[in-house]
Amino acid sequence: MDRFVYLTFDGLSRGAVYAAFALALVLIWRAARIVNFAQGAMAVAAVYVAYSVTDATGSYWLGFVAAIVFGLLLGVAVEKTVMRFVDHSSPLNGVVVALGLVLIVQGVLGILFGNEYRPIETPFRRDAFEVGGIALLSRYDVFVFAAVGAVVVALTLLFTRTAVGLRMRAAAFAPDVSRLLGVPVGGMLTLGWALAAAVGSLAGMLVVPTELGLHPTAMDVVFVSAFTAAVVGGLDSPIGAVTGGLVVGLLLSYVSGYLGATVAPMAVLFLLVAVLLGRPGGLFSHSKARLA
Amino acid sequence: MTDLREKSVAPVVPEKVGRKRRIPPAVAILLGAALILILTYTLPPFRNYQLATVGAYFTVTAGLTVLTGLNGQLSLGHGALMATGAYTFALTQNRWLSMPLSVLAAIVVTTLAGVVIGLAAARLRGPYLAGLTLAVAVVVPSVTSTFDTTFNSDMGLSIALDPPPGTIPMERWQAWLCWAGALVTAFLLATLTRGRFGRDIRAVRDDETAARLAGVHVARTQVLAFVVSAACAGLAGALFAVLAQSVSPGAFPLTLSLFLVMAIVIGGLGRLVGALLGALLLVLLPALAQTAGERSGSQHLEGNLALVIFGVVLVVVMLAAPGGLASIRFTLRRK
Amino acid sequence: MTGAGALLEVDGLTAGYGAAPVLHDVRLSVPSGAIIAVLGANGAGKTTLLRTLSGLLRAARGSVVFDGEDLRGVKVEHLVRRGIAHVPEGRGVVTELTVDENLRLGGLWRRDRLDAARALDEVYDLFPALAQRRASAGHQLSGGERQMLALGRALIGRPRLLLLDEPSLGLAPRITAQIMALLRDLRERTGLTVLLVEQNVRSALSIADEGVVLSLGRVVTRNNAAELRDDADLRHAYLGF
Repeated sequence: MDRFVYLTFDGLSRGAVYAAFALALVLIWRAARIVNFAQGAMAVAAVYVAYSVTDATGSYWLGFVAAIVFGLLLGVAVEKTVMRFVDHSSPLNGVVVALGLVLIVQGVLGILFGNEYRPIETPFRRDAFEVGGIALLSRYDVFVFAAVGAVVVALTLLFTRTAVGLRMRAAAFAPDVSRLLGVPVGGMLTLGWALAAAVGSLAGMLVVPTELGLHPTAMDVVFVSAFTAAVVGGLDSPIGAVTGGLVVGLLLSYVSGYLGATVAPMAVLFLLVAVLLGRPGGLFSHSKARLA
Repeated sequence: MTDLREKSVAPVVPEKVGRKRRIPPAVAILLGAALILILTYTLPPFRNYQLATVGAYFTVTAGLTVLTGLNGQLSLGHGALMATGAYTFALTQNRWLSMPLSVLAAIVVTTLAGVVIGLAAARLRGPYLAGLTLAVAVVVPSVTSTFDTTFNSDMGLSIALDPPPGTIPMERWQAWLCWAGALVTAFLLATLTRGRFGRDIRAVRDDETAARLAGVHVARTQVLAFVVSAACAGLAGALFAVLAQSVSPGAFPLTLSLFLVMAIVIGGLGRLVGALLGALLLVLLPALAQTAGERSGSQHLEGNLALVIFGVVLVVVMLAAPGGLASIRFTLRRK
Repeated sequence: MTGAGALLEVDGLTAGYGAAPVLHDVRLSVPSGAIIAVLGANGAGKTTLLRTLSGLLRAARGSVVFDGEDLRGVKVEHLVRRGIAHVPEGRGVVTELTVDENLRLGGLWRRDRLDAARALDEVYDLFPALAQRRASAGHQLSGGERQMLALGRALIGRPRLLLLDEPSLGLAPRITAQIMALLRDLRERTGLTVLLVEQNVRSALSIADEGVVLSLGRVVTRNNAAELRDDADLRHAYLGF
């Protein structure tokens, strides 16, 4: 029972990170109908920036801010220089270009930083509080919940309460109509990429210290988990992405805890297959499944 | 959706035009075999080894070309399928010491894996299929750690290969084996795609609904395309095992799957010649990058430079061809 | 009819998709405060004309001058600031957004927030049906409600020129009549200029001052509405009734 409680909290903490990362995928999918397969690589790049800044200044928080800002800028750059010019007549084109970006980012990171795992520090301790003899969660877990929670709340407010959010949603759903109504659709798209990349960077900052360490391919497995989370929730649904993230986090935690860590990736694969074959639109989507 | 953009109508070009000028597959294959034979006797051992690698890559890119170029399914999981073939080959070979049997086992097992993934893939499109196969590519190597008594985890397995017959040097023997596999694969694929199957998969790629109305069994065609390409990947995996004389999860990273996609995109989708070109690039570019890296004296440059070059080429090709994949396919056909 | 006083002046307009033009050398002039109906059979190029006017489709040749300014260099996004509202075919309601969000979207570009809010209230007064469904999503609305929403959203920008594409499409005759009456009323109250594309010739000519008949992308005739109504040969040849 103690173990179950611990694994649940651990799963929710992991899930929060997947939720943030899945949210980033959903943001871009809704805005551009592209699954950003380069999201993981871009996030790793941001974490390397944080690593360098922290290394130079000694401050975790300066590095943290640098990562988020770098994420924003990278998102803008990727959209303005590459993604904007992708031909959308086949949904494969966006995927292939994103894969090209993965190679570029991973290659550049390898050239700049080398291909060894680097340990990366956390701003808070990772040993769990004990309540009544049961290990619950660590300070770091609390930090993760707070950070992801803040992002979710901020994005919700942005999209439901502000004019920019309304413009972004309209531009995503109906680009031509939006342009006729004076919405700068291209700018909204760039903004969407910037926000998504920043959220992805945050997720990277949160997850990399809890895994093997910093490496150009550090986010490959995380990407698969987050993609699964996004598919579980439905690529169109931000609420679904958050829920899906928590579901995947719990699944990973229980499977690792009871069956062994090496089985966990396969559990994610099975979940992904099951959802794709059973409800390709996601468990939370109200609209008809979009296949293309 | 309230997007007002009207569907652009692609002009229809009769396929027959391009087809008349092609050399019959059998002739091309025989010419290829003769060329390989000459090359293996003239090239130094290391070049022979590279030549063999091109053959092994060609085996899998040819299959992928059929899947993605002709059928429109994008798989990022073929690196994992190659791993399946390689491990099957290694386990069979180490137990029974019979190369034909091991190659056959590699193809059969990978084909079965292809059936499973293909059945799922036939129901998925675009990014969903890419995501699923990506997951396969990322997750499958971890299987070696889960069942480490069989697969020996990250260390992998070394393979007890029969020595080459007579006094043939190992590298020449490897080149012959790889190219035998590659050319047989290419011949079978060329024959297959010229027949009814080829017509069906093209029809499914271009317009599923129209194909269905014309009586093409869409799902069956897609599964079949996936299975055929999986069989090719299985054989290629076995060939890579022969080349390395060992297998390990590190030999089949996600990057391998991405490289394969790159090879067929750059080579030109839907043509076996393109697959050959792609396979050639897969060997040549890293070799060039390696040399450049050694010259510069930077350890970090080795390997990573190839990644960057591949990535840049991939992005540039995709953006420069205005219609993306479709237009590459299109202009090639028009020639 | 061309000349001074025209709010929109189109000359030599040629446009289309890909290599083959849909519109050929179209010449058109819309006087300020007029309701002009663009008529023609399916495929005559009516929708293409509107899409080219608003810049959604790039013209191959020709000029579009609105209030003395050539619109070819103007981005689609900036059109609404010039006073042009284009209500596209199929109503263009963003079905994922609510009624209220759709309407607010129509006024987001306006600097005068106060007047945008006032315009919103006016639209709700004009269409009480919409006021009752503020929080409903676009996809929950009936065809008539969607048309009202699209029209209302356009009005929030207080346009000078309204480009209206097939407002009667799929609507019951009673609702079509209401919308036509509303357009006439708006013109009289606010001096709105309307370029109305319609297949429903009778409805369109019931409120239009003039009709322009397109056939295969060319203007075949233009005349005042009453005469077009009575021209049996023309009706048979181009309009199909």
